[in-house]
Amino acid sequence: MLVRTMLLTVLLVLFAVAVQADGHCDDAIGCVVLAPDDPVTIGVMSALSGPVAFLGEDSVGGVEIALNRRDRTALGREIELITEDSLCSAEGGQTAAQKIASDELILGVVGTSCSGAAASALPVISAAGMLMISPSNTSPALTNADMDAGGLWQPGYYRTAHNDEFQGAMAAEYALNELGASSAATIHDGDPYTDGLQAVMARTFGEMGGEVVFQGAVNKGDTDMTAILTEIATNPPDVLYFPIFEPEGNFVAAQSHNIPGLEDTILMGADGLLVASFPEATGDAAIGMYLSGPYLSSEDYSAFLEEWDAEFGGAPPSGFHAHAHDAANILLDAIESVAMEQEDGSVVIGRQALRDAVSATTEHAGLTGILTCNETGDCATGEALGMYLITEAEVNEGNWPPEVIWSKAEAMMDDM
Amino acid sequence: MTKTRTVSRNRILGVPLPAGRSGVDLVISALRIIIVALIIIGAGNTLLEGRFTFEQWLALLFAGLAQGSIYALIALGYTLVYGILRMINFAHGDVFMAGAFTTVFLANSFRHSGFLDSQPLLAILILMGFAALVSMTVAVLLERIAYRPLRNAPRLVPLITAIGASFFIQYTFRGLFGSGFKAYPTVAFLRGTFSVGSINVPIAQLFVFLSAIVLMLCLYWLVERTRIGKAMRSVSEDKEVATLMGVNIDLIIVFTFAIGGALAGAAGVINGLFRPQGVNFFMGFFPGIKAFTAAVLGGIGNIPGAMLGGMFLGVIEAIGPNLVLNGLGIPSANQLKDVIAFTMLVLVLIFRPQGILGERLSAEKA
Repeated sequence: MLVRTMLLTVLLVLFAVAVQADGHCDDAIGCVVLAPDDPVTIGVMSALSGPVAFLGEDSVGGVEIALNRRDRTALGREIELITEDSLCSAEGGQTAAQKIASDELILGVVGTSCSGAAASALPVISAAGMLMISPSNTSPALTNADMDAGGLWQPGYYRTAHNDEFQGAMAAEYALNELGASSAATIHDGDPYTDGLQAVMARTFGEMGGEVVFQGAVNKGDTDMTAILTEIATNPPDVLYFPIFEPEGNFVAAQSHNIPGLEDTILMGADGLLVASFPEATGDAAIGMYLSGPYLSSEDYSAFLEEWDAEFGGAPPSGFHAHAHDAANILLDAIESVAMEQEDGSVVIGRQALRDAVSATTEHAGLTGILTCNETGDCATGEALGMYLITEAEVNEGNWPPEVIWSKAEAMMDDM
Repeated sequence: MTKTRTVSRNRILGVPLPAGRSGVDLVISALRIIIVALIIIGAGNTLLEGRFTFEQWLALLFAGLAQGSIYALIALGYTLVYGILRMINFAHGDVFMAGAFTTVFLANSFRHSGFLDSQPLLAILILMGFAALVSMTVAVLLERIAYRPLRNAPRLVPLITAIGASFFIQYTFRGLFGSGFKAYPTVAFLRGTFSVGSINVPIAQLFVFLSAIVLMLCLYWLVERTRIGKAMRSVSEDKEVATLMGVNIDLIIVFTFAIGGALAGAAGVINGLFRPQGVNFFMGFFPGIKAFTAAVLGGIGNIPGAMLGGMFLGVIEAIGPNLVLNGLGIPSANQLKDVIAFTMLVLVLIFRPQGILGERLSAEKA
């Protein structure tokens, strides 16, 4: 009897201690408790298969290099990376998010690749109390909290990719003010990303007094662009803006030079084509083409490219690896800043505290510029955008990245 | 008593009048009239508007013929296999990718060593041979590993296997060469244009068209004039009787896959010379679907049909959006290029269900 009572007492005490330990968590949406030998676990949701697998490969590589630079440790623990394929579709985002949400040790996710996948992944991630930082979602809706206006934002969403609003407007401004263009044509490829960019560019171009003479589209997978280019050539524009990806962008650039009437048209693209393989694959037709994209600070970025070559061989396959690198760093910095070491060697991390820490990110010096997150998760401020010019050196001598010839930040300084 | 279809004298455009027909016939007739009317109205509007010059139409036509040649070469692989095995080899687009993707590395090393510029024709021939070899190997392995064990299975089984094999080939090559994009080098002598009067044709397009024609003639000769061609035709006619006549069926089937694969590989290089960019592991998917469409359009199982179907599809895709959709006032007409292509397929099939050159298949063949 006495033994039984003692046992019960011990159990009760143990229970009380357990409650006490748990009691350290006063976080509104719960905590992650890492036992002494648990790793720090973060997730990646990317398009790892399908036609845009290069986007995922690019982002995962960026995260890997960010981890390498931290010796793959955080809080004195090993960092474990859980990688899920979110494809480039709503179903893919949903599935990947469900898998991530079912693993309670995951603190946050870098992803998704595509805005379409993010729209379905976000509700799941948000409800699980986790957070996601996307390196390549640029759809304005994702950081718009106004649901009635089509906003999709939910707590826990962040991105280091720049909102289309910035990039499209910058392209229009540059074409009008710096290139002196008065008419423009745009091509998108049916993807909400490219459609959004060209829409913002065309709207801004029109508002600033330019004339938009053609807005059209090609399909993903098209190789013959003669038809659309011939149509554009019936009323040749000063600037042809096609913020699309490889390989369709390469075909448009290369074939536009064979179309009578488009000889004097200036070609402009966006970050989807700001890839080392673009000038080489497109050849001479790429010379003189303008590309907008993140203002990658050259020294650190060159070091990054060397590390990439050493780790994976060659050049990154797309233009969002630097954003993924920065996203991983913001996430890990936040984890380190809110982690509470316990006496027993475990670590408690509050999920709301973690979100607050990411939201509070100010002047994070990343590869893609100085990042400051706003209240709906836009961490890239459009100032860190630049305009690049492809020259002979990129096409024939393998030079990368090209020179930034104009940047939004500098232009704003000049105006002051 | 068997029901016989009598040829009605009361036809418009080959469209039977509705009297005494079933509901399905009525709908099909209405569909024919609507599609033909839309095409005539659209084309008429565009031509009357005069937005495009004659030279621009010609440029579109030649680009379409060149693109169509690529479709035709791939379509031959679908049609050859269908002719012999009555199965659709949906992995054929990836056989094309295998040759094109592997050869891009050889092509670039030829450029760096200067061989491509000093001996362009020889270099192109070597590249085509190499690509043909790679694609042929993949096609033969595909037959041996994925299709032969299922030869007597229900017809749906090899079809599903083909789709699985398609993914397998894609991701194998992604594993081998990565997911990034590669590009073929541009060959100096293909850069200019060939001019007759005021008509300018890019030499690259002419080259693609002529190489495709040569390859198709070779294939036609092989099938119609050689012993092995005769064996192929006999297997296609009736496998059992062919066996009785001493034809080694397994050998003929392997040979058919090899020929189809070689043509697809050569098409991969020809495609690279004229559309150098966009070489990656997924590049076979869309051409595969288009070539399959072309094969059906021309009459599946029929070799000249696949050639004609490919050319027809290429030209329609190039000219259709600007000619028809623009005239109908549809915005972003070029994005609807595939709609034009597949509408043509529907149109041809409702007028000639067997395809342009296809014969009506006997119940056993169909």
